[in-house]
Amino acid sequence: MTLQTPSYKAAAISAQNNQTQSGDAPARSSFGELVQRHLSKLVVAPSFAAILVFVYGFILWTVYISFTNSRMLPSYELVGMDAYTKLWKIERWYVAIENLLIFGGLFIGVSLAIGIVLAVMLDQRIRGEGVLRTIYLYPMALSFIVTGTAWKWILNPSIGIQEFVRDLGFPTFTFDWIVQQDTAIYTLVIAAVWQSSGFVMALFLAALRGVDQEIIKAAYLDGASLPRIYWGIVLPSVRPVFMSAFVILAHLAVKSYDLVVALTGGGPGYASDLPATFMYEMTFRRNQISIGSASAMMMLATVVAIIVPYLYSELKGGKRV
Amino acid sequence: MSSLTSALPPAEGMGPRVARWGLYLILLLFAAYYLLPLVVMLSTSFKSLDEIRTGSLLSLPRDISTDAWIYAWTRACIGADCRGMAPYFMNSLVIVIPAVIISTLFGALNGYALTKWRFRGANVVFAMILFGSFLPSQVMLLPMAQTLGFLGLAGSAGGLILVHVVYGLAFTTLFFRNYYVSIPDDLVKAATIDGAGFFQIFTKIMVPLSLPIMVVTIIWQFTQIWNDFLFGASFAAGGAQPVTVALNNLVNTTTGVKQYNVDMAAAMIAGLPTLVVYALAGKYFIRGLTAGSVKG
Repeated sequence: MTLQTPSYKAAAISAQNNQTQSGDAPARSSFGELVQRHLSKLVVAPSFAAILVFVYGFILWTVYISFTNSRMLPSYELVGMDAYTKLWKIERWYVAIENLLIFGGLFIGVSLAIGIVLAVMLDQRIRGEGVLRTIYLYPMALSFIVTGTAWKWILNPSIGIQEFVRDLGFPTFTFDWIVQQDTAIYTLVIAAVWQSSGFVMALFLAALRGVDQEIIKAAYLDGASLPRIYWGIVLPSVRPVFMSAFVILAHLAVKSYDLVVALTGGGPGYASDLPATFMYEMTFRRNQISIGSASAMMMLATVVAIIVPYLYSELKGGKRV
Repeated sequence: MSSLTSALPPAEGMGPRVARWGLYLILLLFAAYYLLPLVVMLSTSFKSLDEIRTGSLLSLPRDISTDAWIYAWTRACIGADCRGMAPYFMNSLVIVIPAVIISTLFGALNGYALTKWRFRGANVVFAMILFGSFLPSQVMLLPMAQTLGFLGLAGSAGGLILVHVVYGLAFTTLFFRNYYVSIPDDLVKAATIDGAGFFQIFTKIMVPLSLPIMVVTIIWQFTQIWNDFLFGASFAAGGAQPVTVALNNLVNTTTGVKQYNVDMAAAMIAGLPTLVVYALAGKYFIRGLTAGSVKG
């Protein structure tokens, strides 16, 4: 740390002095300390209370609503599992779920693949690495509502890539995924991978830089080739990053909303709906609040199923060290 | 941070040199893939409609025209409101600035209290604050809309500030907590023995030491809140909408002739603040990204 201020130094010195004097005179400070300790709780209390209400309280509220028959306005009369039964009879919900599986699977897989490949390639003493890294990562700094405007144009068959390639002299070239029911979902993958793969690269690059160089050197002197070193030694040693990256990407996939709104609006029809857009549609546009809430609970369950085992293993790992 | 392969001797001979060219070629192709949308946006925003019709996707503008930018900023219609993006840009500023300041301040105080004045249950409190940030916002949207209505904040900037502060707390607290953990406790202990109180230690010792993490937090919060769309679309009405919601309305308006150059200019306007911040302080943004997502 380079930011040592005078007060830091002074305090550090007095800390040392006091340690040598040993901590006597507790009677004088005990009352003050008591106040201070309560002060600490008081300072955290507003934030904690806000989170309790706005996160956990609201989740319970949504749970409750999902057991009512609320339509345009919340009603508080419980009717059991009706909303869930209805939800699982709506074809559009199945489309959203199926899309999430396709989208999530491809998005996670391709982002990981590109991210790792880029990280390994950037790790080869590349000139201009800083510039390249900056370029690879900038999509994360922009809202997808912004970049989606460009993607929509690029993917639009009559003005984008299709037209561009046709003008180059391939009049039969077709790239109209965004307007086709069965392929619209893949355009979401293209754009989502574009946005997040640079981030995966950054995660892996940081991890690669943390690998012990001596092991690499030894393997190299033993005659192992570079690809073998990476495949056999380096990648296995950054395994925890795979876990983190997977969880982050899965989490992003379930929450994807801006992406769909900006790119396809869920269309054509509802062919590229994801649970997040389904939930919004039901809750705010179709006056089906209880079904919207039930779908939100399904999203919550999915995220919890991904996050909790991960956090659990992280915490366990922490204790082992 | 040095390259993993820097321990190895430099490659020699013809084969490796070809491989290196290939490597650079692939890396540059990827750079082109990442830059494509930005280039398309920028170059289209400086073209006239005629040029867009006759030219192609990737051609650079022949005559650079700022008309589309000026039109997007001052006259473009967002719904029935034809005052351009300017008022919505201001809305975003009015929301972002207080939300960033307040959430950062609370994050710093929380981080300080949770590390230097640990009370019983501090870890549980922190875990609960943090865990909330993993959960999808969809489970909180409807109650939030109801609550904002109840508080009289529905559709207002004040409501969005509240929302962004509350849901930003997890990250700001996480950043400061992890940073303060590495500052020696003895500092605080010594200062208390010297008679300094809770807030005195915070302002005199902790804050001066916090500059790097403060920059990370402010940049992170600024980017997140500026880019927010879901909350803006759910809770802001009409004239109070943030710039992302206005942009989406503008782009999806189907009446009249589609002015692609204006769409692109409006998108650039909405994206410029975070892009500039990234260009100037990308290092801090990336630190926030990795800190915010890797460590639970």
